[in-house]
Amino acid sequence: MQMPDGLSMRVLWAIGAIYVLLVAASVIVAILRRRNPGEATSELSRRVASWWFMITIFTVAIVTDRIISTVFLGFMTFLAFKEYMSLIPMRRVDRLILLFAYLAIPIQFAFAHMNSYGLFLTFIPVWMFLFCPMAMTLIGKTEGFLRAVGTLSWGLVITVFALSHAAMLLAADPSVAGPAGGAGLLLFLVALTQFNDVAQFTWGRLYGRRKIVPKVSPKKTWEGFLGGLISTIAVASLAGPYLTPLPADYAALAGGMIAIAGFLGDITISAFKRDLGVKDSGGLIPGHGGILDRVDSLTYAAPVFYHAMHFFSFSGRI
Amino acid sequence: MARVLQYLFFLMIVRPVLLVILGMNLRGREYLPKKGPAIIVANHNSHLDTLTLMALFPLKDLHRLRPAAAADYFLKNKWLAWFARNIIGIIPLSRGAVRKNPLADLEAALDRDEIVILFPEGSRGEPEQRAEFKRGVAYLARARPNAPVHPVFMHGLGKALPKGSLVLVPFNCDVIAGAPLSWTGEAARFMEDLEGRMNELAAQGHFQPWE
Repeated sequence: MQMPDGLSMRVLWAIGAIYVLLVAASVIVAILRRRNPGEATSELSRRVASWWFMITIFTVAIVTDRIISTVFLGFMTFLAFKEYMSLIPMRRVDRLILLFAYLAIPIQFAFAHMNSYGLFLTFIPVWMFLFCPMAMTLIGKTEGFLRAVGTLSWGLVITVFALSHAAMLLAADPSVAGPAGGAGLLLFLVALTQFNDVAQFTWGRLYGRRKIVPKVSPKKTWEGFLGGLISTIAVASLAGPYLTPLPADYAALAGGMIAIAGFLGDITISAFKRDLGVKDSGGLIPGHGGILDRVDSLTYAAPVFYHAMHFFSFSGRI
Repeated sequence: MARVLQYLFFLMIVRPVLLVILGMNLRGREYLPKKGPAIIVANHNSHLDTLTLMALFPLKDLHRLRPAAAADYFLKNKWLAWFARNIIGIIPLSRGAVRKNPLADLEAALDRDEIVILFPEGSRGEPEQRAEFKRGVAYLARARPNAPVHPVFMHGLGKALPKGSLVLVPFNCDVIAGAPLSWTGEAARFMEDLEGRMNELAAQGHFQPWE
């Protein structure tokens, strides 16, 4: 089989391992559902069905071609940003400025695709950050100005800028990206972030008692968080040497960072949704909610993992 | 021929745009009518309202959906008139005219077991702001009591393409369908019930102001 862009066989083997996990999860959920049918277990099986769907789309997107992978990540980001902008209160006069904000998505992902670190890093936090309030000022309506600038800027950073780090991993130079290339790094990040979500959920359901932030996310418990953290560290120490340039000890550390950052991203998006009085950011994925509900952990995990890799590993410091 | 073009227009343009650029959250799909005669009543924010409501139905049922639309606007030039009549399948209504029975064409459509789409606010008006329903819908329900009235609340399309704008900005829209009402015997009471039902549907979403 011809591998596009030197896609490593390791990525395919790792995806194979994910499918094995998925089959195991489907079997377990089917057994649970037979033992006690009801709303809780049918919700679980909707979630697992959606996982099949999402993992398959993700697999196709990353094994075909690097441009397709980047466009796919950009499109997911577009959906997340659109969900965000559709939920928040807005001013009518800012409708067209929003078009420029959408336009920032292809530009940001093009910079990521070019692996142009400086442009990638400054475009949204500097240039879009300066541009949006300027455009709103020129419109001339000052009522609600601060709120409009604040919500738009935060939305751009938490969705577009944060998630574009995933595309930046994909574009990592082959000389530093490790044995499975940029696609291996992306897979390591995304698979572990999602694994951590599921592990936290499972540990929390089984043993969860002490709540961490009851006012923001009442279902998050210390037992779930620590169970997820330990599970993710364990998987990371096994997968890290295979998919990334990190040896097992540093990979375990990276897994711990992904688990903690993922948890923080999750509750941060929960705080935002709770403020607006919504439970889900949308209804696109059955059993999960919207795209933003699915990528909430990635909004923190992607920048944290990318910058840790950039500073310590790509630079040769470790 | 027109049916083929209508089919292709919805398959190739309307549905992809709704799926990719706009995005829709539908609640209460089970309340949408499966067959005619039926009347769908929705609030009106944008030209996209009609297309979105029509896209909720299977493609094979498209030609049975008949949106009522203002004759003075949609028939003002022959290109738009052709498009409105053949691709959308509108039933033109004269606004403020003094014909004998302005609802005759809608009644005829219901007699053919079609599904009539009505926007009783009368015009798109200020986007994302409800206007009081006009009573025509009650008179239509009275004339054809066998046709259930299905309330549908829509949010978000007025942001995507409000009146007076030609630029489409991506926004998710929410469509919330509710249980149908039937004619209760008195117009004022019927309108109250309908407005009440619409308010309940609107309250199901936590929609932020857009001012």
